[in-house]
Amino acid sequence: MDILTLHRLHFAFTITFHYLFPQLTMGLALLIVVMKTLALKTGNERYDISARFWARIFAVNFLLGVVTGIPMEFQFGTNWSEFSRRTGGVIGMPLAMEGIFSFFLESAFLGLFLFGEKRLPRWGHWAAAFLVFLGSWISGFFIIVANAWMQHPVAYQLLPNGIFEVGSFWGLLANPWAWLEYAHNMSGAVITGAFVMSAVGALYLLQRRDEEYGRLFLKLGVIVGLISCITQIFPTGDLHGKYMAKNQPAAVAGMEGLFHSEKGAPIILMGQPDMENQTIDNPLVVNKVLSFLIYGTTSAEVQGLDQIPRDQWPSALPLLFYSYHIMAGLGTYFVALMALAGFLLWRGKLYSARWLLWPILLSFPLPYIANTAGWMTAEIGRQPWLVYGLIRTSQGYSTHIGVGTSLFTLLGFLGMYSMLSILWIVLVYKFIQTGPAAPHHDVSGFNVTAA
Amino acid sequence: MGTLWFWIVASMLAAYVVLDGYDLGVGVLYLFVAKTEPERQQALRSIGPVWDGNEVWLLAAGGTLFFAFPLLYASAFSGFYLPLMIVLWLLILRGVSVELRGHSQDTLMHTFFDGLFFFSSALLAIFFGAALANVVRGVPIGKDDYFFLPLWTDGRTGHLPGILDWYTVTGGVLAFIALALHGSLYLALKTEGELEQRSIAWARRVWPAVLVLTAVSLPATVLARPGSLENYRTHPIAFLAPLAVIAGLAIIPFALRKGANLAAFLGSCLYLAAMLAGAAAGLHPVLLPSIGGQGQDITIARALAGPHTLQVGLVWWSFGILLAILYFCIVNWLFRGKVSQHSDGYGH
Repeated sequence: MDILTLHRLHFAFTITFHYLFPQLTMGLALLIVVMKTLALKTGNERYDISARFWARIFAVNFLLGVVTGIPMEFQFGTNWSEFSRRTGGVIGMPLAMEGIFSFFLESAFLGLFLFGEKRLPRWGHWAAAFLVFLGSWISGFFIIVANAWMQHPVAYQLLPNGIFEVGSFWGLLANPWAWLEYAHNMSGAVITGAFVMSAVGALYLLQRRDEEYGRLFLKLGVIVGLISCITQIFPTGDLHGKYMAKNQPAAVAGMEGLFHSEKGAPIILMGQPDMENQTIDNPLVVNKVLSFLIYGTTSAEVQGLDQIPRDQWPSALPLLFYSYHIMAGLGTYFVALMALAGFLLWRGKLYSARWLLWPILLSFPLPYIANTAGWMTAEIGRQPWLVYGLIRTSQGYSTHIGVGTSLFTLLGFLGMYSMLSILWIVLVYKFIQTGPAAPHHDVSGFNVTAA
Repeated sequence: MGTLWFWIVASMLAAYVVLDGYDLGVGVLYLFVAKTEPERQQALRSIGPVWDGNEVWLLAAGGTLFFAFPLLYASAFSGFYLPLMIVLWLLILRGVSVELRGHSQDTLMHTFFDGLFFFSSALLAIFFGAALANVVRGVPIGKDDYFFLPLWTDGRTGHLPGILDWYTVTGGVLAFIALALHGSLYLALKTEGELEQRSIAWARRVWPAVLVLTAVSLPATVLARPGSLENYRTHPIAFLAPLAVIAGLAIIPFALRKGANLAAFLGSCLYLAAMLAGAAAGLHPVLLPSIGGQGQDITIARALAGPHTLQVGLVWWSFGILLAILYFCIVNWLFRGKVSQHSDGYGH
């Protein structure tokens, strides 16, 4: 394996694993605020107990998000030093802002939220929960500003020594790509949170235990899940896709598997890209839909890969095609599942519809897959560029790190993260098995540690 | 502008060392001062609500370094590739051990996580000390501004040093001992009963070692990098740093004798911050000295990001850091006072 591939695998693996945790905590943070608000408004203790239960799960995921997140910041310097040297003056800024505006906020108030319920008035504890939510959502924003600059560089200046600097601070933060990506991404995180919550609710109802909490989780999860599944497609996914078609036509052509430009381009629902003959094998197509989705008319011409120089094609085209199709396919399934569950909830039949509780329970891993596939679509679609149109991926890595060294640390992370996965499963399973209602005295009173 | 950012990054790193230093120090001493299960829980509860926030200073300082001095970030982080990865792994293990100990009821598991907490904290303290010593000694920077250091060579500081040589190992041991002192003074401040007494006893025991190693570190630094006192000659104001080091160290035994645990802890904070200030004063305006004559020193001027980046950076940074200090005050005020021996101190 060559060093560039290893550096890429290194980053891809560590970021993919890392993002399993923030997507849940960002979604859960919102749901916990909703519960705390209901507790404050209704005075019903059940909401407080539920919030405490989810806070335990939140804390473990937050901790894993933190410890797997630190390597992400470091890796810009260790594995992507040329990229860091040239663009640190731009993307270093949102990363530093994330640390200063978000991490301090999150860590301070997470400590208060987890340890301070007795020391704070009720509104104070609500505020701590809200500030944790705010911190985690600000954190997501700054990370996406950094990523959006790589996808669609704006507001920069190139200095004579070859490094980039911020040309306009507000221009960097107001990058349209960033806001579209942020909306789409946060909606996706809420889907993960809502699916996990509904799945735990469905589990309790299927097990006929903690049923009052099961109903509460299921109701909240399905309502929030239905809203976020819809916003995931419209408007966020729709707008993001249209903007992408304008600014990264190569990525969109690759995602859709459109080898040849076409007026009234069809959408390919399924198929396998055949790179040699530049066709899609076993295609399942609907005519003219792609033109309509991108341009709003069925006759518009959509740019295919044939109009793009070969050396600017996304380098892993089949993977891009599959990631995108997995994301979009699962997104469609989510809407169907949640619409059905929402309908039954409205009719008052959801809690006893065991045939539907089963798929709700079993679907909890799917948003993780969809979010991961979505990020793969964005990042593979950006290739062969590291900063779109400015720096190629092959120009950004640390050249003086040996293949052996990079492989060694990649294996180290694989081992470390395998261990973390096991601990994560064991702990979260234990929390769910213990349930929300059981008196919670983690280890003789040493309650949830701050993450 | 460059000098301002130099001191901003240096003070953020100092904040990191002073703050995360005490919870690392608690980890270093943990097995020796906290003997019984309630004592161990008391020790962990004293850092429970804050250690994660303390670690954020490392991330925030790293991010600030990244955008203010991109060349330094690129060169140093890739050059120290392997030790940095090991630091990351240790940070993961440490965070996991603190968290998971709280979630397990089994004494065997407690013993395991206690051991892991000690091991990762102790190695982190040593690595951070060695890292600072590497920066002070300098690294063999190449013509392209990059370098790659092996973990060790022959242990000497000449033209081809390793990350671990006699000088950096001394730095690591000093950091280990100094953070043990820092942690014991924090425990003396935040805990009560036998744990408090034992922490004070450990602080008294460790203090002479810190004194001796600190005294040794000065001639050692001159040996490792002969030019390191140049700034002190040209700017005598730099001597404030060693004076503060001495003052900080001197306060500790007096304060302990009078039972003023807060003053003792603040003395240790002053000592650590002044040690870093002294190192920074010796380096300025160099960020990473080059040895071996192939490449040039990485200086502020060469590594600095563009002027507009730094101007807007200063605006939001000042605002953001005020907010961070505000949060810090809120949390420390709410968790003020000693952690009770009884387990219902914090929590719900």
